[in-house]
Amino acid sequence: MTDLATYNFAYLDEQTKRMIRRAILKAIAIPGYQVPFASREMPMPYGWGTGGVQVTAAVLGPDDTLKVIDQGADDTTNAVSIRAFFQKVANVRVTTKTAEATIIQTRHRIPEAQLQAGQILVYQVPIPEPLRFLEPRETETRKMHALEEYGLMHVKLYEDIARHGHIATTYAYPVKVEGRYVMDPSPTPKFDNPKMHMSPALQLFGAGREKRIYAVPPHTEVVSLDFEDHPFEIQTFSQPCALCGAKGSYLDEVILDDKGGSMFVCSDTDFCEDRQAKGHRGALAADTAEAAE
Amino acid sequence: MSDTPLLKVRDLSKFYGSRIGCQNVSFELWPGEVLAIVGESGSGKTTLLNCLATRLAPSAGSVEYRMRDGQFRDLYRLSEAERRFLMRTDWGFVHQNPADGLRMTVSAGANVGERLMAIGDRHYGNIRATATDWLGRVEIASDRIDDQPRAFSGGMRQRLQIARNLVTNPRLVFMDEPTGGLDVSVQARLLDLLRGLVSDLGLAAIVVTHDLAVARLLSHRMMVMKDGHIVETGLTDRVLDDPQAPYTQLLVSSILQV
Repeated sequence: MTDLATYNFAYLDEQTKRMIRRAILKAIAIPGYQVPFASREMPMPYGWGTGGVQVTAAVLGPDDTLKVIDQGADDTTNAVSIRAFFQKVANVRVTTKTAEATIIQTRHRIPEAQLQAGQILVYQVPIPEPLRFLEPRETETRKMHALEEYGLMHVKLYEDIARHGHIATTYAYPVKVEGRYVMDPSPTPKFDNPKMHMSPALQLFGAGREKRIYAVPPHTEVVSLDFEDHPFEIQTFSQPCALCGAKGSYLDEVILDDKGGSMFVCSDTDFCEDRQAKGHRGALAADTAEAAE
Repeated sequence: MSDTPLLKVRDLSKFYGSRIGCQNVSFELWPGEVLAIVGESGSGKTTLLNCLATRLAPSAGSVEYRMRDGQFRDLYRLSEAERRFLMRTDWGFVHQNPADGLRMTVSAGANVGERLMAIGDRHYGNIRATATDWLGRVEIASDRIDDQPRAFSGGMRQRLQIARNLVTNPRLVFMDEPTGGLDVSVQARLLDLLRGLVSDLGLAAIVVTHDLAVARLLSHRMMVMKDGHIVETGLTDRVLDDPQAPYTQLLVSSILQV
């Protein structure tokens, strides 16, 4: 491939990529701080990952291997179409294997497999402002971030305990980054919050509609907010994955019939398939193996 | 009462273009003292209050406040962070309309607890115990702690707003028509409660009101405003019983006798 051919590599023009990279560099320099950027129109509707796609396009190079996940799965509409998009406009290698990817664009999950140094995790973010539903004024929330006035975030957690007896926020659970900025980790389940802490991978967050980019650099402290007498806890599941038998992974409920039957399977499809390939079997996996024969 | 003032105001003026909001207001407020600012609508009472409470930048003059370390600081030379910290710890502001001072979509307990959480309290049990205690002190039943203020009556909302402001033991409370919009019996109860709280806690307060009865009941000293100027100032009973300025005489004689 000549240099000329890569001039407009990965959909965006060079000036736009330059602008987004500058925003990303600033975001990395100030972990958790929301950097405004001139978000472009993308060939997809808002809410489908316009922010994530722009960040991915800005950091993607010809040598990269891209993985795209949607709710943990590589084979859902959003993941398949974004993967196909970058195959078409950038001709990069794509994969579904977490370990092989250099850039992973994600919606709503962090892969179960431990991320490595050199990998970049790009999150699609619908609403970047963690204080938004408590304080509707943007001028006020910016001031609150600037002055580190985060008492209001605990008001939300207080309300949870008062109403439900425990902190009932299960996704988009607010975190404090490097002891300074309170950040919305995008709508990932709080199960994934501990994975952000001291992660060796670079984590970038892009919100297209809201025009904000923020970042968690590698090896950065990410602490979930809580009360002393109601400490942060992640979700637990009463049964292992029905396909691969994994305990301690995040499970999705799959409805099997209209009589109330359901099964729980890993939401991270790559993790689940990898385990099955290694011979791990869950309670319902034997049936599928027999049917295949 | 201490012999150094809590608040020193010098030549405070606020102009809206060529119109006068308030002009050349000077006074001092001592700890534990309740000062009423009275006057008719449009006389500049609320403008003055907002200038004192740093909610509105004055055009001229200075407001100095004695911080907890005993040092006087000019409020308009404080950094924004210091000012906001002062406003949510050492000060309270009671709005005429409780919806302006409350978070209507979170429970009463969280409304009272917000200031505690803002200054770093991270123990749910303690926050809730303090909130329960304060609801009791403003005569709200403890089983209403998880209800939202929108389920409360006007009088209850106003009492909740007061509890929310007093939970950090402020030294100075600003009140803008605290009894406005309440019916007479509820007003009486609220005034009774406020009078008790102010004397128990040794609060200094600046109360803006157009209701002379409120001034008579709550305040030690009063200032009468007309067209942005202070026309008379003195002990409340003296001003109301022996008004000197012609405008004050008119104001006092305008009270309806039942």
